[in-house]
This record gives sequence, C-alpha cells and structure tokens, in this order.
Amino acid sequence: MAEPLDDYIDAVSKALALPVEEAWRPAVRANLEVSLRLGRLVDEFALPDETEPAPIFTA
Amino acid sequence: MTSKPEMTASEIAGAVTSRKMSALDATEAALARIKQRDTILNAFTDVTADRARAKARAIDADIAAGKAVGPLAGVPFAVKNLFDVAGLPTRAGSKINRDLAPAKRDATLIERMEAAGAVLVGALNMGEYAYDFTGENIHDGPSRNPHDTTRMSGGSSGGSGSAVGGALVPIALGSDTNGSIRVPSSFCGIFGLKPTYGRLSRARSFPFVASLDHLGPFARSVTDLALAYDAMQGSDADDGACTTRGLEPTLPLIANPVSDLRIAIAGGHFQKNVFPEAVEAVSRVAKALGATDVVDVPEASRARAAAYVITTTEGASLHLDRLRKRPNDFDPAVRDRLIAGAMVPAALVDRAQKFRRWYRAQFAEIFKSVDVLLAPATPCTAPKLGQINFNLDGVELPVRANIGIHTQPISFIGLPVVAVPVPLEPLPIGVQIICAPWREDIALRVAYALEKMGVAAAPAPRGL
Repeated sequence: MAEPLDDYIDAVSKALALPVEEAWRPAVRANLEVSLRLGRLVDEFALPDETEPAPIFTA
Repeated sequence: MTSKPEMTASEIAGAVTSRKMSALDATEAALARIKQRDTILNAFTDVTADRARAKARAIDADIAAGKAVGPLAGVPFAVKNLFDVAGLPTRAGSKINRDLAPAKRDATLIERMEAAGAVLVGALNMGEYAYDFTGENIHDGPSRNPHDTTRMSGGSSGGSGSAVGGALVPIALGSDTNGSIRVPSSFCGIFGLKPTYGRLSRARSFPFVASLDHLGPFARSVTDLALAYDAMQGSDADDGACTTRGLEPTLPLIANPVSDLRIAIAGGHFQKNVFPEAVEAVSRVAKALGATDVVDVPEASRARAAAYVITTTEGASLHLDRLRKRPNDFDPAVRDRLIAGAMVPAALVDRAQKFRRWYRAQFAEIFKSVDVLLAPATPCTAPKLGQINFNLDGVELPVRANIGIHTQPISFIGLPVVAVPVPLEPLPIGVQIICAPWREDIALRVAYALEKMGVAAAPAPRGL
C-alpha cells in the first residue's frame, strides 16, 4: 500500500532528476518525515513579516 | 630528552625551543605512537611522515641558526580529512572524493599552524561528509574511543577526538556544524573549541553546511587550545564568511580570575533529555564555579529543529549532483538523509533562517546579564559502536539523531564554546562553556580555571 508521502517523493524525484530506488524509499521517506516534522515546528512559530533571514550569519 | 605521550604542546614547544629536544625527535615520537596505537584507534587515514620529517628538520635548522621559531615549534598535529593537505585528495570521509585530484595547497589553518612551527603528521578519520555524530565510517571503519575501544569516538570529527584523546598528537583540528567538535571532545575526554562563526578561516576545507560550518582545535590542555586558536586567528579573503576583526589573543588572558564573571546554568531544553552522568558533569562544573542561577533559553528545541532543516537542505544542495551520479558510492544512511533533504520545501528553509535571526536576538538579551552559560555537551557518555537506540527520559530514541541535541541550538547562532572534559568514571563527558560572540577569551578563561581546580581534565587513555 502506498504511503502518504510516496507521490510527493516520486514527483520531487522526477523534478530534480534525483534517483530514488525502491530499496531506498523507506529510509528516504522516514528521513523526510523527520525533516517535515521539524520543519513544521519552525513553521508554527509566528515571526514578524519584517524578519530578515540570516543566510550569511555574522554573530 | 624524549617526547612522552602525555607531553602537552606547550611543553614540547618549550623543550624544542630551548634545545632540550629536537623537533625531529618530537615528530618521530608522534609517528611511533601513531604506528603503535592507531592499529587499534583507527584515527588516521593518512600519515604524512616524509612531510613531517622535512618540516621538523627545517625547524631544527632554524633553531640551530638562531632564527626565531613560533610558539608551536615542533608540535605534532593532525587534521580531519576534510582539510586540504597538499598532495592528498580531500576525501571528507567519503569514497567519492578519493577520486578528486590531490589538493595543490594546504588549508589556511594548516598554513597558520605550520607558520607557528607546528608539524603536520597526518589526516584523520571522520564521518562521511561530516553528516554524523558517531565517528563511524562505512568506508574507513570507525575511529575508536581511546577510553574504551568498543565505544564511539563521537562525530563527525571522530578521528580528531580519538587521536588527541589517545595521546597520538597533542593537537588536532576538526570542524563543527552541529556539534562535531564538541561531541568527540565529550566522548573522548578532551578540550575542544568551537569558535564564533566566522572567527577562523574555512578556506580550502571541504564544506558541509555553509550557514553553520566552523573549524576549530582539540587539545588535552586549555593552554594548548588557546595556543592553537591564537595561531590560527586572522582574516582571510578566501573564506567569504571569515571576519575582518583584528587578532584577539587569548593565551595572555586565560589565567585571569573568573570571580567577576556572571555564570549561569542553561535551563529548559538543556536540562531535558539527559542521562545522570550529564547532569552530574554540569553540576560539578557549576558548583566549582559557584553558579546557581538557571537561565531559560527560549525556543532552544525549535532552534535545534531549524538547525536540522538548514543542515539537511544545504547538505543536499551541496551533494545534489553526486547524489544523481554516484548514489551507490555514498554511505546509504547519509545518502538517504541527503535525498530527503533535497525534498524539503524551500519555504521551510527560509522560515528556519528567519527564525535564526529571532533566536540570536534572544541570546543577545541573555548575554546582557550573563557572561557564561553552562550546558551538557552530550546527553550521555560514549555509546557502544553500532548502538542504534538509547532510552532517554523513558523514550526509546535513535542514538545518531540525538547525540547533538544540546550542541545544535548553540552552533545554530555561531556562539563560541569550549567543551571541557569532566573525568567521570568509567567514562568522561563534556560540558559546554558558552559565551557571547567573539568572547572565546572568556570561555577559555573559565575552562582554564576548571582545569586548575581539577574539575576538568583530559584523562589518560585507558583503552590502549
């Protein structure tokens, strides 16, 4: 049975020309689930619209 | 005079400069220790014996000619194998990079160490492409913990931790993106300095996450750590993130008293997810320093999450073409993490970078009333090699992903940290001495005070 993220993995794999063999899929999915869970944690935090990113960070 | 394994870098440099020992003797002694002990530790992937002997002879010739030599004269050191070493392909723990052409020029930090008289003796094992907290490597085998060779050295600068903790060399260099200097320091029972982001040049080192990558030294004494750090400071046009601040030598300051410093214990996230040994280590350090205040660090768990998102996506971007062309030459665990990283929506990465600026502002507030924060370097002492899970606060968690839970929220905003080893039995564990940006001098001063009190110390290797 297809997992919820499988269609997404297939689509991004195609868009980026990034191979995902079937044998790797469970681990890729598990890692993506962790990344998205942590990404959601960041996303949930309200920031002012004016907040600047810190891509090159000077402490 | 013969070089002994327990000699510090400053002792070696003193003996060489005063002609009690030659640089060549110090180098030969290090090469002999590597030959004897590295069959067990597996810390080195390359030993640059010919180069080291030539450099040592040149130092001895300079001394004989009455020329000035640097403060690290004759001190053997080694570097994580993501540093460019002229003549070697910069493998960065990978199989793929072994096909690169040999580096034409040393990394800036190697040049600066050698300009101070240090002698490079080799390159060190590491987790593949630095995406690792264990010190294990599928291609080269694991570097091993010098206090119990069945245990992890910590990653990703595992060889650096193993080589210094095992007394093969007094100083090693490594990198720290999310904890890769502080974790091996903790597991291997040595001192490690992750400087302020941008303080030390990363030029001619293989990157991982440009937003978060730092380089820094490991040593078995605070004096040696400061010696190496001071020798490597300075701006560098070859690293776009490297500061243009002037040199700020720390060695003359480390023995200053710490009684005037406002020292607090990091609360919240930093007091959760810890084994009793981490609690004990922080408690001993806090008690010795008279620190009782607990400062809550807001949103540290979210900071760790944001660091994770930035790491996995920037790492994926770095390796995207290699993932397309040579996916089967990666460690499968690294490959699958990186592929997943390539699939994280860009909006989340932008949110993480914006959150980073917000989080930095929180720390700026904290450092108005506090000079130093204390936190565990790792939640536990070194796990067994190959260990998959540990039980933390009643929850079964994967080891690999959780070793850095207390280091990630700090490197996320580039704060300087000295990891100090607390010599618990049966295994040491580290405590982070965290300071405001550019205050490495304070972190080193506190570490020195703890060393003098005997609270922090690098134990002799017992696994050899």
